Amino acid sequence: MNERPKAGPRWGMAIDLDRCTACQACSTACQMENNIPPPTPEAAAQRRAIRWMDLVPYLEGEFPRVKLRLLPRPCMHCDNPPCIKVCPVGATVKGQDGIVAQVYPRCIGCRYCTTACPYTVRYFNWYEPSWPGDLGQALNPDVSVRPKGVVEKCTFCHHRLQKARDLAAAEKRELGPGEYNTACAEACPTQAIVFGDLDDPHSEVARMTRSPRAFRLLEDLGTEPKVIYLREGEA
Amino acid sequence: MSQRAQEAEVITTALRPQHGSEDEALIAPVLRTTWRFWAMGAVLAAVALWGVNAYLVQFRWGLGVTGLNRPTYWGIYITNFVFFIGISHAGTLISAILRLARAEWRRAITRSAEVITVLVIFFGIGSILIDMGRPDRLLNIIKHGRFQSPLLWDVVSVSTYLTGSTVYLFLPLIPDIAILRDRTSGFRHRFYRALALGWTGTPRQHRVLEILISIMAVVVIPIAISVHTVVSFVFAMTIQPMWHSAIFGPYFVAGAIFSGIAALILAMAIIRSVYRLHDYLKPVHFDYLGVLLLVMTLLWFYFTFSEYLVTFYGSEPVHMAVWWAKIAGPFAPAFWTMVACCFVIPLVILANRRTRTVKGTVVASSTVLVGMWLERWTIVVPSLSNPRLPGTEPSYFPTWVEWSIFAGAAAMFALLYMIFTKVFPIVSIWEIREGREAAVAEVVGRVKSYLPSGDGTVGGRAA
Repeated sequence: MNERPKAGPRWGMAIDLDRCTACQACSTACQMENNIPPPTPEAAAQRRAIRWMDLVPYLEGEFPRVKLRLLPRPCMHCDNPPCIKVCPVGATVKGQDGIVAQVYPRCIGCRYCTTACPYTVRYFNWYEPSWPGDLGQALNPDVSVRPKGVVEKCTFCHHRLQKARDLAAAEKRELGPGEYNTACAEACPTQAIVFGDLDDPHSEVARMTRSPRAFRLLEDLGTEPKVIYLREGEA
Repeated sequence: MSQRAQEAEVITTALRPQHGSEDEALIAPVLRTTWRFWAMGAVLAAVALWGVNAYLVQFRWGLGVTGLNRPTYWGIYITNFVFFIGISHAGTLISAILRLARAEWRRAITRSAEVITVLVIFFGIGSILIDMGRPDRLLNIIKHGRFQSPLLWDVVSVSTYLTGSTVYLFLPLIPDIAILRDRTSGFRHRFYRALALGWTGTPRQHRVLEILISIMAVVVIPIAISVHTVVSFVFAMTIQPMWHSAIFGPYFVAGAIFSGIAALILAMAIIRSVYRLHDYLKPVHFDYLGVLLLVMTLLWFYFTFSEYLVTFYGSEPVHMAVWWAKIAGPFAPAFWTMVACCFVIPLVILANRRTRTVKGTVVASSTVLVGMWLERWTIVVPSLSNPRLPGTEPSYFPTWVEWSIFAGAAAMFALLYMIFTKVFPIVSIWEIREGREAAVAEVVGRVKSYLPSGDGTVGGRAA
């Protein structure tokens, strides 16, 4: 009898804003892990800095009780992604594992996906990438460097999943929980960012999504994001 | 019957040119070229080359040389894409509809409209190619094309339109090419002989040509409508504020016809003045086209008013951010100039019979072209500049590269148009002749058939 293959894990992320100190370690870890060149001051002033994991500033409350907040924002890896619908060449695809990937060699750089994404998480390579000093010699060999003219974005560190899967396959076993983690979650000093299988009821990330504080960004758009935020508590 | 033929004969005789060979003025631009043409051509070629140079800079270094940024990923190139494709509606919608409506005053203007269509489509497509980050991967659109993406709908629709309108331009050219074939020698003779496809003007050839033109006129109209509808769908199919609107299809089509008529009036005025075709492109043509332009002015206002009122009453915050950015924010200068150029100025000029002259319609058309470009601008840029998530401080202004490419494209279009007038007659000779020789009788007969015949029969049958 053929056993029906078990549906693969649904990778997702939970970000507890109560624990987040806005230290930006996630953003920096992401830059290093994914070979994102640090933006020059000119590029940053031109609003062309690439930050797959960015801290979005927003104001909370009304004057005079106003607080400036920072929201860590990776790609939402929507289950109903507006970017995939509009890509004319299939350069952005959702894999079996639910991760929305970008196929750099196929992208024609029309930037339709960047305009269609309601979260503005997609970035464009305006120039050929360059690293200051010796930084270019310390690139991560697992992540391809993107050429000029293509779109890129957070991949949930997909290369880590491939590596973990390969290791498990070589050792003839299932991929265990905790074997695949993103660089931002790993770097977070307060464990505000938790990554894992949303469909595994025992995983930490699934437990967090059941919290009454849980919400998703722009939920009413029906994009079904797989990044879940936990609202700050009253305290 | 004989009486009707007599009346027609009298009018036809009155219409025949008094001296010189018939319609020589229409062939003259093809056979003789003045120094002014070369001077103007050189200026336009210089601007076009400057645009090519700007593109080469962009090709070498990447789109970083533009003013584009995050979140304003689209700017002047996409604005130009919509604008140029919009202008291309001059040819079909004017020429095809007037042909089908048997509007006799169309004869002198259809060709100049059709040429605009065919030439300007290349610049619409070109704007998209220039906007691409990886133009070297263009063929991916064919190899890996996905029909879920509205961009693919554009590819199909615009290429069909280009093919259709090229055929529609070429068919009515054949008899004129034959005229040129008989008037030239050497290389030019061989060129025209090949293109004339053996046209000798037999009644059978005329019949076949008329049928083909009629078929193309019918075919090309739905294609034209589809073209600007799917251009609007590129925006409307996303969920971005003030793009995701059901009115966009018809709004864009109406705007396209609007700017198309304006471009046609401007082209006609220039042709009339430089080639001294005052006898062919008369004030009445500008008057009639002015009325059409007036209708489109009102239609444009109706669509714009509906769009902005509906958004205002919905008052969703993300939509209102874009709305205010246009009405009273950073895009207010562009927005209100657009309203003045697309509505106030043309309305004042065109609604008044005394100002609906050649000069008046030219002024109105110029402002409409400026206004319609601004309309495309205020659709593309403000929505992108006001994304849903905070944290971006948008400010986009085109760089010299983008302005140069825009100027280069406009100059190259004008240059190609000029060259066309040197290779083919820009006013259809045979259609003018046909109008002079056959149409008067046909119109007299047609008008009589509208009326009660007065001899006790209705529609030719006994009452």
